[in-house]
Amino acid sequence: MEIHRYEKIWTAVALLLIVGLIATVTYGALGPGVKMVDDSGGTIDADSLGDTEFADPGVTKVGEDQYEVHVVARQFLFQPGTTSPIRVPANSEVTFYITSPDVVHGFEIAGTNVNTMAIPGQVAEVTVRFDEPAEYGIVCHEYCGAGHHTMAGQLVVVPEDEYDTEGS
Amino acid sequence: MAYVDDFPTDARIVRWNMLVAFTALGIGGLFGMIQGLHRTGYFRGFVSSADYYTVLTGHGVLLALVFTTFALCGLFTWGVTRSLDRPLPSARFAMTWFGLMLVGAVMAAVTILGGLVPQMPLNADVLYTFYAPMKAHPAFYAGLALFIVGSWLAGVDWFRTYWRWRGDNPDQRIPLQTFMALTTMLMWYISSAGVAVEVLVFLLPWSLGLIQQVDPLLTRTLFWYFGHPVVYFWLMPAYFIWYTVLPKLSGGRLFSDPLARVVFVLFLLLSTPVGFHHQYVDPGIPEGFKFIAMTNTMFLLLPSLLTAFTVVASMEHGARQRGGEGRLGWLRELPWDEPAFAGCALAGLMFAAGGFSGMINAGMNINYLIHNTLWVPGHFHLTVGTASALTFMAAGYWLFPQITGNRLRFRSLATIQPYVWFIGMTLMSNAMHRAGLAGIPRRTAEPQYDSITFQGVVGGVSEMRLQIAIGGTILFLGLVLFLIVIFGTWLGGSGNDSLRVNGAIPAPLSGPEHSPRILDNLKLWTAVAILLIVLAYGLPLSAMISDGLFAPGSPPIPV
Ligand code: HEM
Ligand SMILES: [Cu+2]
Ligand SMILES: [Cu+2]
Repeated sequence: MEIHRYEKIWTAVALLLIVGLIATVTYGALGPGVKMVDDSGGTIDADSLGDTEFADPGVTKVGEDQYEVHVVARQFLFQPGTTSPIRVPANSEVTFYITSPDVVHGFEIAGTNVNTMAIPGQVAEVTVRFDEPAEYGIVCHEYCGAGHHTMAGQLVVVPEDEYDTEGS
Repeated sequence: MAYVDDFPTDARIVRWNMLVAFTALGIGGLFGMIQGLHRTGYFRGFVSSADYYTVLTGHGVLLALVFTTFALCGLFTWGVTRSLDRPLPSARFAMTWFGLMLVGAVMAAVTILGGLVPQMPLNADVLYTFYAPMKAHPAFYAGLALFIVGSWLAGVDWFRTYWRWRGDNPDQRIPLQTFMALTTMLMWYISSAGVAVEVLVFLLPWSLGLIQQVDPLLTRTLFWYFGHPVVYFWLMPAYFIWYTVLPKLSGGRLFSDPLARVVFVLFLLLSTPVGFHHQYVDPGIPEGFKFIAMTNTMFLLLPSLLTAFTVVASMEHGARQRGGEGRLGWLRELPWDEPAFAGCALAGLMFAAGGFSGMINAGMNINYLIHNTLWVPGHFHLTVGTASALTFMAAGYWLFPQITGNRLRFRSLATIQPYVWFIGMTLMSNAMHRAGLAGIPRRTAEPQYDSITFQGVVGGVSEMRLQIAIGGTILFLGLVLFLIVIFGTWLGGSGNDSLRVNGAIPAPLSGPEHSPRILDNLKLWTAVAILLIVLAYGLPLSAMISDGLFAPGSPPIPV
């Protein structure tokens, strides 16, 4: 089969680009350690969240500067997040566990890399560091019913000293 | 002699498929404009924000499924019969698949639009991805099932035509257009099996109450098993036009027939084992499988990059045949005032931009930044919304005279139409991309929240909104121009003028005789494609069903 010289060059460049793209992602995973949402959160019975850690969702301190946050995403609010903001201290490592008792929702902390799906029966696990005090919006970015556009919440990263005095 | 004179019955089938396609395009496009104005806040008078999702479901289903599939069926029926130089074996069989698809599409559309009429029990506000446990009326799933079965039979029809031709021509290479139609359909059989299982085994019985619960992650995975290859089901008919018609429209001929075959074989092999790239941020799927899907996705870039080369090279060849000279000066010699050419060329140009944003989507970690934001519709309005849609419109300008025997009407409108679309899409799509980077979500009637201010990386949010609203309106205007030309041509009668279109397609510079025969071995490629799918999907699917087909389960939640 005869291939034009330019076409050979083009194919070689294309393959180089492809391998390069794969290499950048591999580097992202091995170097800076970008971790994908995966199956580490396990499965759960969406019908009886009451019998699990999601019965009373919220922030728990699990170690020096380490926190866990259980969040239930349901039509059309985040618990916690919507009626009261999620509060964590600055300079902490926070692991979110997110699930849904009804339909599929999204969980995006706008302006950060936290972006995952809340799928009934599955628990999404995402770990993130918050170094500075800040306020973030949380958006449900998966269509979840007629009130989808009202589903939002807030995350407040408070200065460390304030956090200790007022509790969580 | 035009196609309609040689194949009057097949011309009718092509015509009807195209007319249904373009009707769906018209309605879907109107919905698109409504969305553009509604979600930017410029005009919310068409529908309430709760009904926005009815409109959005209609937009997705009518455009991404109905418009594209009917257009494909029209184009492939034309391409197969033309390139084999023989009609479909039976008009009745052709009417059967066309009828099944039409009934299915109308059922689904009526069920969706029922959501706008509170008195009607019909409702399917589940978007075109219909993720369980959100439940639509059973008529929606039944309509989709009929539609897909109809498309399978259309493929059977092209295979039957091919086998008969093969009987008469045992030693010849498969003509290129038929080769493209057949490889596309093989890809379609393999991939649409996923959505067929999702709908027939799970969602339809569940929506009827025959089974109590389904596993949301499993059904979602079956959807995306189909949901990426369907992208190529949209694109391959556009490539089919770019490879076989565009070189002629440019005044030349295709560069290389063998490479065109290689490209379609690569699509058959790689289109399906990539679906997890739509589930990069889904829980419940191990990272390793996401990585495999990403690697395959990146290699899937190759056939598109090869296509870019061939398209540009063939156009350059055409331009030089017309006297074009210089490094870039040849561009001026191309027939930019010829709507069929301009449409295809502009579609190709936008596709290049769409390819770049697609590489971002495919990067597993960068995907965090843009997953489910407006970036994503920004991306696919360049690909399916322009590369495919504008190419199908352009093909319509060229094909309608040949399948109706009528001269193209309103030529001046046709001449400006591709440019109108291009301008509208440039405005809408660039703003959608940037809005996505700012974190503004897609699929949302009112992306304005009290507690959140989105910050644009480039440009302000209000400027993006304005561009989306104006761009969407211009796009709709472009659609109206197109529909006037096409329906005017169809209804306009033949008059006494002779046709100006010459439907002959010149032979490629390098023909199939220069390529190894193994390229035409469809059985072999199908087997390799299935093997790759087993490797990519075997373990994750068996892990998902190891705890039971319906667990962890969810009962239906009506919308
Ligand atoms: C008049 C031209 C068009 C306009 C103004 C338009 C506008 C829009 C807008 C604003 C959205 C985003 C809605 C949202 O996420 O809230 C959207 C979504 C979409 N559009 Fe278009 N569009 C047009 C043409 C097309 C075409 C030709 C296609 C495909 C052939 C297409 C396919 C889609 C799909 C698949 C979605 C996603 C639906 C979903 O998220 O469920 N659009 N369109
Ligand atoms: Cu939502
Ligand atoms: Cu995809």
